[in-house]
Amino acid sequence: MKEIKTGILLFVALSLLTGILYPAAVTVLAQAIFPKQSSGSLIYKVDGTPAGSALIGQPFSEPKYFWPRPSATAVFPYNPLASGGSNIGPTNNDLITKISDRVKSFQDTGIQGQVPADLVTASGSGLDPHISLEAALVQIPRIAKARRVPEEKVRSLVQAHFEDRQLGFLGAPRVNVLKLNLALEKL
Amino acid sequence: MQNSEVFLDIFQILILLITLTLLTKPMGGYMSRVYQGERTFLAPVFGLLEKLFYRISGITPDAEMNWKQYAFTMLIFNFIGLAVMFAILMLQGYLPLNPQKLPGFSWDLAFNTAVSFVTNTNWQNYSGESSASYFSQLMVLMVHQFLSAATGMAIVVSFIRGLARRTAETIGNFWVDLTRTVLYILLPISIIVALVLVSQGVIQNFSPYKNVQLLEAISYEKPKLDINGNPLKDASGKQLTEKIIVKEQTLPMGPVASQEAIKELGTNGGGFFNANSSHPYENPTPFTNFLEILLLLLIPAALTNTFGRMAGNTRQGWAIYTAMLLIFVLAVGALYLAEYSGNPLVQKLGVHGPNMEGKEVRFGLGGSVLFSASTTATSCGAVNNMHDSLTPLGGMVPMVLILLSEVVFGGVGSGLYTMLAFAIIAVFAAGLMIGRTPEYLGKKIEVMEMWMSVITILTSGVFVLIFVSIALLVPAGVSSMSNPGPHGLSEVLYAFASMSNNNGSAFAGLNGNTIFYNLTGSLAMLAGRFAPAVAVLAMAGSLVKKKYVPPSLGTLPTDQLPFIIWLVSVVLIVGALTFFPALALGPIVEQMIMQGGV
Repeated sequence: MKEIKTGILLFVALSLLTGILYPAAVTVLAQAIFPKQSSGSLIYKVDGTPAGSALIGQPFSEPKYFWPRPSATAVFPYNPLASGGSNIGPTNNDLITKISDRVKSFQDTGIQGQVPADLVTASGSGLDPHISLEAALVQIPRIAKARRVPEEKVRSLVQAHFEDRQLGFLGAPRVNVLKLNLALEKL
Repeated sequence: MQNSEVFLDIFQILILLITLTLLTKPMGGYMSRVYQGERTFLAPVFGLLEKLFYRISGITPDAEMNWKQYAFTMLIFNFIGLAVMFAILMLQGYLPLNPQKLPGFSWDLAFNTAVSFVTNTNWQNYSGESSASYFSQLMVLMVHQFLSAATGMAIVVSFIRGLARRTAETIGNFWVDLTRTVLYILLPISIIVALVLVSQGVIQNFSPYKNVQLLEAISYEKPKLDINGNPLKDASGKQLTEKIIVKEQTLPMGPVASQEAIKELGTNGGGFFNANSSHPYENPTPFTNFLEILLLLLIPAALTNTFGRMAGNTRQGWAIYTAMLLIFVLAVGALYLAEYSGNPLVQKLGVHGPNMEGKEVRFGLGGSVLFSASTTATSCGAVNNMHDSLTPLGGMVPMVLILLSEVVFGGVGSGLYTMLAFAIIAVFAAGLMIGRTPEYLGKKIEVMEMWMSVITILTSGVFVLIFVSIALLVPAGVSSMSNPGPHGLSEVLYAFASMSNNNGSAFAGLNGNTIFYNLTGSLAMLAGRFAPAVAVLAMAGSLVKKKYVPPSLGTLPTDQLPFIIWLVSVVLIVGALTFFPALALGPIVEQMIMQGGV
């Protein structure tokens, strides 16, 4: 059958073009023009070892660090090999119990009033590197106390790491938790 | 959330709609030149390649096909793709570009994945970073993001020719339409977009995964297992655990940007990573988020203009565009309102703000809602937040957009041809009411056209209802639900809606990787894709033979507001009549439970 032969030949040709040539060309160009971004946006400590990626969140639970959002990744939180959300529905008791526990653990650290939603809900990727500005601000007293530094100092660090909406209207205002905690280490 | 934040979210949504509308005309015009065989400005770059492809494959570009030949070659080509994909996924362990030494897929998962990518669905029962090798990601998943998109676009273009040509026999050449779509439309845009994405932080490399030290080591309790893999328990029956310290994080790598670009542009939706476009390496900034949304709407929107031009009246194209836009704006508004109101059960605990479960901070409410509506209005199915965790009414909006047969922009090609089938039904119904012979674009609508339009718009709905019923009756269907109560029904309803309509997004709590869901899902995807495709081609074959009837006083004008509103009503009424009972038992009941605080 002529059509089958044509189909196979065209399939092979298009596969080579879109499956090999295209990604190869993009890789070469990307590595040449944007070497840092194309390789994962790693950030480094003073001694030159990688401290993580600016785009991928890390787990923190000690009082002296800013805490990120809860992560639902499998086995342990912020596991980049198992990205994903909790997929718990809004009326599931599991969700209510988990959030209630998280709210309590924040209240135990002395937070007054209401807790920002992003701080007690799991992100979609499980790797969200950001928290809202509000979520950073409510944690300042705990961190200042644990590190024995004035709250003002921590607050100015948060302000310095504040990222507004891109181009003024895209996305949402936020703070990168890993970058902020690395800066805390240098205080 | 402060009012200023809401205002900025709305501003972001408006800017997106304006940009899309502005791009529709130039992009639509460019595509009509590609499909009418004209020389484009990319001919110096890709013209030689095009000729080379025709020569090695033995294609005579001027030889046109009738509808049967067109449908036959389209099916052959897709079958070849399906077979090759299935083989590669099964044999992945023996193939190159596999630095993580990942084994082959099981047969049912390989079949489901192959069907999913050949039908432009991109339903994913596997998790990219932990089960697909670089070779599979490229040669299976990415190649078919190009080819399935090009297939859909070829079909709609041949259908438009059927409407536009008069007393003819042929509707174009499938090989030529396919090749020109890839070379002049999909590939050039993907290259540019991929580089823009990389500039923002989307990764593009072939490195092994990278280990980094965590700033703070953490620990977790791992259940202890005996040699047979059964949990070990102590004398009192308590599960034994051991403490595992985690000091490192393994960052997955790969050629992500190149796949990301075609994933949106071809309304495919198959992500490189499990978390899809919520993953920071796929969608790192608010700007990439905006770009990805724009990209997944671009071709389906612009095809309305291509349609208008090729049919000789651009107003006909704008009429279809306006109908789509109207439903889209309604959906975005409803979804935003539902998520902004948040979850009262959570707010009672002392939490304030919108529903953030499953969403990323950097996109905010506006960027998340806009993505969810766009990805389900089109048949893209990429997600930047987890639809399973939307509020009940919020989650119903994407579900309804899918259940309306993917006509609100819809998939590349498939969205427009399904919408045109709705237009034909609308013309027919209006004709019955006012007692005139129904015509669309000067072509008489007769029994053949009605049959094929009904097959086109009802196939997916029939499969959704049948498979959801089966899934609810057999243990294999019920046991995959991860949430109790009405939300479990929503998960199953969403799954079959998404697969039958070739969307590919999910209420991802449902465990789809079982033999039951892999096989029923494959059947739903195949039927939902190819039954309408062949029906549309048959309709093109019938329409192309008809002579042109000039509009008379009795002709219903199809490029004016009354028809646009009528078309929107027909789409909504057909959808509501088919699915209201199922929606009432799923999301609507759950919303009441949530409000009532039970």
